[in-house]
Amino acid sequence: MALRDRPSQFVAWLQAGPMMLVFLVFFLVPLAFVIIVSFWDYNEYEMIPSFTTRGYVETFEGCLAQLPELCTILKTYLKTLKLCFLVWLITLVIGFTVAYFLAFHIRSKTWQIALSLICTIPFWTSNVIRMIAWIPLLGRNGLVNSGLVKAGMIDKPLEWLLYSEFAVVLALVHLFTFFMVVPIFNSMIRIDKRLIEAAYDAGATGFQTLTNVIIPLAKPGIVIGSIFVITIVMGDFVTIGVMGGQQIAAAGKIIETRLNALQFPAAAANAVILLGITFMIIAMLSRLVDVRKEL
Amino acid sequence: MTEDTTKPGLSRRTLLKGAAAGAGLAAGSGAITGFPYVMSQEAKVLRYLGTAVNAGDEISKKCLADTGIKIEYITVTTDDVTKRVVTQPNSFDVLDTEYFSLKKLVPSGNILPLDAKKIKEFNNITPVFTKGQLPSGKKIGDQGTAPWKVLYLEGKDSKTFAKSPTEFVTLIPTVYNADTLGIRPDLIKRPISSWAELLNPEFKGKASILNIPSIGIMDAAMVVEATGQYKYADKGNMTKAEIDLTMKILTEAKKSGQFRAFWKDFNESVNLMASGETVIQSMWSPAVTKVRSMGIPCVFQPLKEGYRSWASGFCVSKGVSGKKLEWAYEFVNWFLSGWAGAYLNRQGYYSAVLSTAKANMDPYEWAYWMEGKPAEKDIKAPDGSLLEKAGAIRDGGSYDDRMGSVACWNAVMDENDYMVRKWNEFIAA
Repeated sequence: MALRDRPSQFVAWLQAGPMMLVFLVFFLVPLAFVIIVSFWDYNEYEMIPSFTTRGYVETFEGCLAQLPELCTILKTYLKTLKLCFLVWLITLVIGFTVAYFLAFHIRSKTWQIALSLICTIPFWTSNVIRMIAWIPLLGRNGLVNSGLVKAGMIDKPLEWLLYSEFAVVLALVHLFTFFMVVPIFNSMIRIDKRLIEAAYDAGATGFQTLTNVIIPLAKPGIVIGSIFVITIVMGDFVTIGVMGGQQIAAAGKIIETRLNALQFPAAAANAVILLGITFMIIAMLSRLVDVRKEL
Repeated sequence: MTEDTTKPGLSRRTLLKGAAAGAGLAAGSGAITGFPYVMSQEAKVLRYLGTAVNAGDEISKKCLADTGIKIEYITVTTDDVTKRVVTQPNSFDVLDTEYFSLKKLVPSGNILPLDAKKIKEFNNITPVFTKGQLPSGKKIGDQGTAPWKVLYLEGKDSKTFAKSPTEFVTLIPTVYNADTLGIRPDLIKRPISSWAELLNPEFKGKASILNIPSIGIMDAAMVVEATGQYKYADKGNMTKAEIDLTMKILTEAKKSGQFRAFWKDFNESVNLMASGETVIQSMWSPAVTKVRSMGIPCVFQPLKEGYRSWASGFCVSKGVSGKKLEWAYEFVNWFLSGWAGAYLNRQGYYSAVLSTAKANMDPYEWAYWMEGKPAEKDIKAPDGSLLEKAGAIRDGGSYDDRMGSVACWNAVMDENDYMVRKWNEFIAA
């Protein structure tokens, strides 16, 4: 028994080996380094390999002393979570609608492919160019403002169109809706059409079919899309920086500021905190649905 | 700017870069010991790490033609220059950086000072660097990391700045300037004469500062002093209480919506100003020139409280020796010999050796850029495009007027760590 098992086990390990190696070298080892460095000390120009919790303690500085006012890190995370929630909600609604349309209203495969390709348009230009393009559109003297003024709908330009939370959410939704569309579409297209017919025959209304048949069956796609969007937005500092005029706090931005000041251990500590929080959100989401079973 | 990835990616990339640089170095040194013959035939190449300020194609082309040295630019942002020196000292040969970063770079031991005796024009370098005074003898403001405080080391491998001149020079001076606020006179429509205007509620939602904490806080300190709220002993080296006070004033301004956006990159500052998103902001001289060359009125406004100044220069990586070191000296000597200085002067910067730059400029150019006189002829940029019509006068006037009014220098504070944390708090407020 044992003798016969060994070769097949060996082959299985061999097959999984390359992936494990990549995972180990490019994910686990760097992650371990980040965690180790987060407990190091530092000065103006170098990291000092001695154990200290300085990076963490200073990050949570004032969290008790300033009560009831929120400390920097809590304010930053509240802001980040708020932006994350808004982006998640909007991308989910838009992404679900687009996927639904593609999966159930477009009959031909060719058109389905063509239309999903159109969803990738935001990725055709570089991040930087997209950012710069928002200024002539949303700026004080931009197209939207001058259009609204000319149409007589407003007296003076709307300031909140650019360098505001609105602008950040708009840009993030524009960028990441696609990450919702693809997995939800993928789940929906696998739904057996006969189930929908059966629901119809059993007298379900359109809305009942949606909530009782389609949404439960599209849940894996929704969860995977949510994981994509949430992890990206939680770590973003470029889009939030540019669209928020560098005036909106973000978890990623704290890390960037620390890195630029050569305070690597403090940056690492913040990275570990961010990772922990993102991980908790993902863990909560994956309790809703067993992604591996559903795939 | 394009880095979207979170932290594991960053450390991974740094790790790989380090590994690649290490491998490259190993291969390189192998070639040197194994094949000295091949080495002597090799082209003279120097890897030049710096910001975009001095990294002009024209300079490297002219340098190649004059000396046969090929310059390979590694152009990154101010913060990244420092980061790279500290983490990857073998990835460059010549370093072009600002004096204020020396407080981080010298203790790291990753850079080597150059020998003043091997620099031909060293004695002709403007006393702005060596003595903290104008050629006329007038003293210059010394708050912050003024170059003369960190110009010399006590010895070749010393990590201590020398009080009096030695032959070991941390950075051979190349270029410097006096920074102030840029304004849109067409949109402000009244004279501006004080740093206090930056936080004037009249410009609510139309002001901006630099998003580099150590420089942004100094601009804020200029405002605080201008409004008479506080007088700093040294704006470039604040106490914790002073940092708190400055940040409080900045935070109040931010909360009331004074700032449209903060900028970090040259082009961002140009866009903000040219599009009319801001009408008053901290700015760099060539950015003002760029806005103006787009046909939009923009003034680099001299203010009564003075300028915030910066200066940069050359040193080499600790890994540079032998032939490479000779080339580095040859390159630095070429840089100070006049052509490059004239090139920098024509962009509104100042060159370290004034005499050689003057010899490479037409008298009317010198009169406009350095003496503050009305332009006799049209003033052209180094690329030949029209900058100013005949009759124009440079903002802020002559060299003596501008450099003589310097109030403080870009700095790294002793309380830098605290300041960075406060800056994050300010952003989150």
